[in-house]
Amino acid sequence: MLKDYLLPESTTKVVSLLDNCNGQARIIAGGTDLLLDLPDGKVATECLIDISRIAELKEISLEDGIIKIGAAVTHNQVAKSDLIREKAPALASAAGSVGSYQIRNSGTVVGNVVNAQPAADTAVALVALGASADIVSSGGNITVPVEKMYAGVGKSIVDSTAQLVTCVKFPAALANEGSAFVRLEQRKALALPMLNVAVMVSLKEGKFEWVRICMAPVGPGPVRATAGEDILRGAKVSPELINEAAQAAVKQANPRSSALRGSKEYRTGVLPALVAKALESAVAGAMEINK
Amino acid sequence: MDNKILKFSLNGELKEVIVSPSDMLVDVLRDKLNLTGTKKGCGKGECGACTVIMNGEAVNSCLVPAMKAMDAEVETIEGIGSPERLHPLQETFMDLGAIQCGFCTPGMIMSSKALLDKNPNPGKKEVREAISGNICRCTGYVKIEEAVLAASGKYKTKR
Repeated sequence: MLKDYLLPESTTKVVSLLDNCNGQARIIAGGTDLLLDLPDGKVATECLIDISRIAELKEISLEDGIIKIGAAVTHNQVAKSDLIREKAPALASAAGSVGSYQIRNSGTVVGNVVNAQPAADTAVALVALGASADIVSSGGNITVPVEKMYAGVGKSIVDSTAQLVTCVKFPAALANEGSAFVRLEQRKALALPMLNVAVMVSLKEGKFEWVRICMAPVGPGPVRATAGEDILRGAKVSPELINEAAQAAVKQANPRSSALRGSKEYRTGVLPALVAKALESAVAGAMEINK
Repeated sequence: MDNKILKFSLNGELKEVIVSPSDMLVDVLRDKLNLTGTKKGCGKGECGACTVIMNGEAVNSCLVPAMKAMDAEVETIEGIGSPERLHPLQETFMDLGAIQCGFCTPGMIMSSKALLDKNPNPGKKEVREAISGNICRCTGYVKIEEAVLAASGKYKTKR
């Protein structure tokens, strides 16, 4: 039963509150997922610690080539940020796809990652961008790649009764890099993704220097298509090779049949087209910046 | 249960109300402050009927803990116009038949107002994005979109 609701104004205070409450308190940011889980009994806590008014967590910043998104930054802030649209278009697009406009005004990108749903749009984009998260607790501070933050379906390695993720961070795209996010959905708003794909590419002299391909929901969390990435690395950019990589990507995907998301057969069939589309779009982005 | 005193600005007036830590803003508005213009539809952030404007942004008040409104500025459908002096959106929704049963209307209008307050001259795309979290089960969205676009014209002259 919820007994208290606290509104601390610094991360230091949050950490000491978590410590004092000894597992009986839990972090709330936007709350758009948590507030559904509490009445359902999926999560129980005596105290919510609201981080949404901590100034240092409300910022999107760029310093020494690293973009940081604070834990209280909403999806709409990210989707509408000129910095993110220019330097991490995959993330801007993913953040703009989550829930509805109202949900995006409340829900946070970091919350999307910590909630750890298999197809969390921004987690998929962040993995493609090579992002990691800063996590603080009384036990010490750690930095973990977003890719390693999933402990299972809907399970994060982050214990929100003891730890606070302060930000996610990733390198801003260089002139020869591009990223893109593609989503298959039943309708254009308030629809869960049937499939989502994010990629980031680095080009050098007409060749792929490196590529990250991330797909979901085809496993417990965002899944890297490393076989597809290997095909592209060091190779000349061409539609044929992109298609070959897209076909290879499917071999690492394991979609389940779902009434909500479509059959395994359908989603397996359409996934290569999405991967190819994302790669083409990211390549176009990398070349555009070059101009 | 430790009750708390919530202080916030509601439609331009400072309010103090006793809330429980588990109260949602929509319930405080409707049951404690008797502002029943804000509708509670799904209670899960899927229908948008409970949309209010908090600190300038449209939010689902069914997914906002009342305590999140502490020190905030909240606007509801009751605060945007009066029977004598309707808000432009209220006028155009009526004039253009953008209302049928009316249950979604307060939410539709609050989402649209949040848009027009920031962007008095939106295009169709912006209008559709702004009301993408508001579900109407009667009239459809064409007339609503037309009403919002028509209100944007009046906005410029009235403000």
